[in-house]
Amino acid sequence: MSAAAPHRETNAAVAGHAADFPILGRQIHGRRLVYLDNGATTQKPEAVIQAEARYYRESNANIHRGVHWLSQHSTDLYDRSRERVRGFLNARHAAEIVFTRGTTEAINLVAASWGRNQLKAGDEILLSGMEHHSNIVPWQLVAEQTGAVIRVVPVTDDGELDMRAFEGLLNERTRFVGVCHVSNALGTVNPVADIVRMAHAVGAVVLIDGAQAVAHQAVDVQALGCDFYAFSGHKLYGPTGIGALYGRKELLDAMPPWQGGGDMIHTVSFERSTYAETPQKFEAGTPNIAGTIALDAAIAYVQGVGLDYIARHEGELVRYATEILAQIPGLRFIGQARERAGIVSFVVEGIHPHDLGTILDMEGVAIRAGHHCAMPLMTRFGLPGTARASFALYNTKEDVDALAAGLRKARRLFGMEHEA
Amino acid sequence: MTGQFGDLRELYQEVIFDHNRRPRNFGPLDAATHQADGHNPLCGDQLTVYARVTDGVVDEVSFIGHGCAISTASASLMTEAVKGMPVDEVEGLFRDMHAMLTESHPDRDLGKLEVLSGVREFPARVKCATLAWHTLHNAITQARETAKTE
Repeated sequence: MSAAAPHRETNAAVAGHAADFPILGRQIHGRRLVYLDNGATTQKPEAVIQAEARYYRESNANIHRGVHWLSQHSTDLYDRSRERVRGFLNARHAAEIVFTRGTTEAINLVAASWGRNQLKAGDEILLSGMEHHSNIVPWQLVAEQTGAVIRVVPVTDDGELDMRAFEGLLNERTRFVGVCHVSNALGTVNPVADIVRMAHAVGAVVLIDGAQAVAHQAVDVQALGCDFYAFSGHKLYGPTGIGALYGRKELLDAMPPWQGGGDMIHTVSFERSTYAETPQKFEAGTPNIAGTIALDAAIAYVQGVGLDYIARHEGELVRYATEILAQIPGLRFIGQARERAGIVSFVVEGIHPHDLGTILDMEGVAIRAGHHCAMPLMTRFGLPGTARASFALYNTKEDVDALAAGLRKARRLFGMEHEA
Repeated sequence: MTGQFGDLRELYQEVIFDHNRRPRNFGPLDAATHQADGHNPLCGDQLTVYARVTDGVVDEVSFIGHGCAISTASASLMTEAVKGMPVDEVEGLFRDMHAMLTESHPDRDLGKLEVLSGVREFPARVKCATLAWHTLHNAITQARETAKTE
């Protein structure tokens, strides 16, 4: 009884939240949708869907343009979202929040604007060995153009960053450190506050890729002390095509624009243009207004549920999944970091992750199978890919049970397990 | 036996498991006159197909690499099917296989290769089954670049 009680209590709490997400009511291949691909993108609550629809029904007008009421109204909603993101990350100023298409564009902004102008031949860019391609390729482009050199912090067998190696790699040529807060492939939570402190000691600028972190734990950029922090709305229960870059104001003010156009200028003549202040300087053209306003609703939703609750709940699911999946013969976890958030990555001996993905899909269970856009990390573990279950606030222990049942079915189909 | 697996049995037939567990003609071919690499970036499947063409006939063929059950079985079945086949017939078979896996069934019976026809109902997996065939096609037509199914 004592073991069963908290189980019921947790599920009762989540059943309430799952009801906020219309898509979770649908069936896939005749089965209840068990959505465990939240690391790729989360589902959207009704509040977010409504916010986007309401904007188009009631508030649509271009921002920073007209003197008419609707334009001012949509500008106010847009600015309110920036203030929401500021509070969410605990940035000092709303001007330190630049809206982007997502994490990828945010990192490209820093690479193009800061990187190309600040880095020179021989400078070192230090990246972790567990970065997503979006925090590797933009720096390779910058390295090609500037002659800067990319160095890589190795990953241990447990899927943690080798902090001793990191310390050894830092030197007076290290100008930039790029690291994910949470690994999208392994779920490892990196000690980013320590990384920032150590990198700053040699004068390096630090960017944290927060794409996999912000939906799972509270983030305070002032406490972390980082120079840049990037995240995507769609992994935070918000729409696709909207994300944000936090940058320390002194850095953003000193950086040149990276895209030119309307909204980012002060005055334009054919002889010379002057640019708007931070953050408008980095937001050329009509932005994703509806997405920005729906992001405000997404963050409000997450704050309403509470990140402390979400972190606790998902931590419980990871622990439960680790316990249940460990009982499946031939299953091996990839990444056993002491600090993990929201993700369980694994392989099953004799069954390729892609086959697992198809078999689970027929059970209504959606997972990610593949290299997770982290090919160097897969190479590090000698794997073509893994199967990844990633959790959100609406997942339940029943979802984990469905995953485990699907994996046993895959083993039976492949002739490895014979019990019913 | 098939009951509990439903539609999955259409995709995963016993012949496919057999070829996945024990791929035929698996290994490099020292005497190869043609070879090409294939890569499916979506799932990381990677293989190399070797062929020895003598007097217009593919008299030896093999492959190495790693991939899912569908891509491994497709490659294995392919090597069995084309060994001893004139190059122009291999090209005809490539077109018919491509049609069977992606559009509609070709007019003629493709024999043992028919076990792969279930893939058509699983759009996300079509590329797994076509990879080896694209790679063989590139090898014997001497295309230099890595075959891609993306």
